[in-house]
Amino acid sequence: MAARSVAVIGAGQGGLETAAALRAKGFDGRITLVGEEPVPPYQRPPLSKGFLTGAVGHVDLTLRTESFFESQDIDLVTGDRVCRIDLFRSRVELASGGRLDYDRLVLATGSRPRVLPVPGANLDGVLTLRTLADAEELRALLDGPPRQVAVVGAGFVGLELASTARALGHEVTVVEAQPRVLARALTPQLSHWLADRHRQQGVRLLMSSEVAALSGSASGRVEGVLLRDGTRLPADLVVIGIGVLPRSELAADAGLLVGDGVLVDPWLRSSDRSVYAIGDCARFPGGGPGRHIRLESVQNASDQARCVATAICGGGAPYTAVPWFWSEQCALRLQMAGLTADHDETVTVGHPDEGRFSVLCYREGALVGVESVGRPADHGIARRLLTTGAWPSADEARTPGFTLKSFAVERPSEGLPTHA
Amino acid sequence: MAKITYQHPDGTLTVVDVQAPDTVMRGAKLNNIDGIEAQCGGSAQCGTCHVYIDEASTVPLPPMDEVEDDVLYGTACPRRENSRLSCQLPVTDDLDGLLVHLPEAQS
Ligand SMILES: Cc1cc2nc3c(=O)[nH]c(=O)nc-3n(C[C@H](O)[C@H](O)[C@H](O)COP(=O)(O)OP(=O)(O)OC[C@H]3O[C@@H](n4cnc5c(N)ncnc54)[C@H](O)[C@@H]3O)c2cc1C
Ligand code: FES
Repeated sequence: MAARSVAVIGAGQGGLETAAALRAKGFDGRITLVGEEPVPPYQRPPLSKGFLTGAVGHVDLTLRTESFFESQDIDLVTGDRVCRIDLFRSRVELASGGRLDYDRLVLATGSRPRVLPVPGANLDGVLTLRTLADAEELRALLDGPPRQVAVVGAGFVGLELASTARALGHEVTVVEAQPRVLARALTPQLSHWLADRHRQQGVRLLMSSEVAALSGSASGRVEGVLLRDGTRLPADLVVIGIGVLPRSELAADAGLLVGDGVLVDPWLRSSDRSVYAIGDCARFPGGGPGRHIRLESVQNASDQARCVATAICGGGAPYTAVPWFWSEQCALRLQMAGLTADHDETVTVGHPDEGRFSVLCYREGALVGVESVGRPADHGIARRLLTTGAWPSADEARTPGFTLKSFAVERPSEGLPTHA
Repeated sequence: MAKITYQHPDGTLTVVDVQAPDTVMRGAKLNNIDGIEAQCGGSAQCGTCHVYIDEASTVPLPPMDEVEDDVLYGTACPRRENSRLSCQLPVTDDLDGLLVHLPEAQS
């Protein structure tokens, strides 16, 4: 049966793209997009970057204007939360008391920041950064005389924020439990190189350090960070950036299969065939045979949104997009393509000393991912090569003078022998 | 304000009014024109807002910077002489009448 009504839970990156793509692909049934946040859908990446400095304003954040939802006939409900999914009746219940019947349901509930499980985590001046409201609060605190800022966690959000706060003139210390920054996301080469850049910029990095407690004043404002080794860091602003957890409780309560995210098949369908899950909240087959992964990126949320919209319109193919991610820190453009986690060999091309280079990551001789700094061409080419399988071998990449640009120009992708 | 025409791969045309300070990319997004993805939201990171400027066009466009030039190496459809990133084309009255062709794929 063709779907006549689609309900989308979560009006963030993935939810908005699902609704928009459904219409763009010609779906003419009812589309309802329900978001808990009080504002229309916006993009999160600038929240740890240009929004904090003022370079990016509210208008630039919004993904679409209000008139868009009218002209596309998308019912956007903001400031309301879905509190229950009734799979049996194909119906969702809203916190405001309303109900919505659906033929297809899309879960795009995103993720929430992990809570730091130490005493003092509830003090005033201890923040996380996920929503526009979080970013507004942070921006107000950073827009003033120099503060002593402690960032807990050297992930993307933490480091971007550290670098931005430093550039705004604040004193910044990053505390990280792992021995290196972005330990899960980046190769040791890039991780160490990037850590140096942060230090040169004046960010203090405390690696292999764990927070034992946050201390505060009698009035409940944060005053410092106490580390396990006894070190005390004075801080009047603490931002926790120790990763996120998928928001899958609604799905679990409804009886859908979950396990660090809503479990979906290659078509992004959950254990109920009328319910899809995408973006930060979904765990899908990928990362090698028999494995499942959950990714937190704009690319992942938007490509999965389009995949699901196509499926609901009656087409559809398994989800296979090459993952990619970008970050901006220390005035650098960082771009990652593919999944580099279990590489066993790397080749660095370009000029690390000039801040323009790429690290090609191989596993058992196959290119699995490429990290680039200040080399947008390499990144784009890497995404293509990972898609077509027509990548250079590690030996080819090691040839003096090798560049991905000349490789791609000399061997345009049509008609290439592929390793895949 | 400028009238911008987006030509789809099947030849269909969509004509929309785009207002400064929006870009040719945002003009497409606000009108839900399928064929421009713009995943990075206009920060010249993704190359999924690729367009071909109509070859007969005489509309004056801002010059391409080094980053845009680099990003265009990685587009899903082959780069041509007339390739641009639509997020790097801010709309001004001068762009009135611009015709851009949408590539077959963006990612
Ligand atoms: C500060 C920051 C910087 C980032 N920078 C980058 C970057 O540079 N590059 C990149 O690729 N990615 C970046 N990301 C990650 C990217 O923003 C996310 O991966 C992306 O937003 C995921 O989209 P989503 O739709 O899955 O979730 P979200 O965009 O988080 O949307 C989920 C929405 O669902 C709502 N919701 C949840 N439950 C309910 C419910 N029951 N009822 C109603 N609404 C509900 C939430 O309130 C939320 O608005 C960044 C994220 C943050 C926080
Ligand atoms: S929108 Fe990403 S490069 Fe233009």
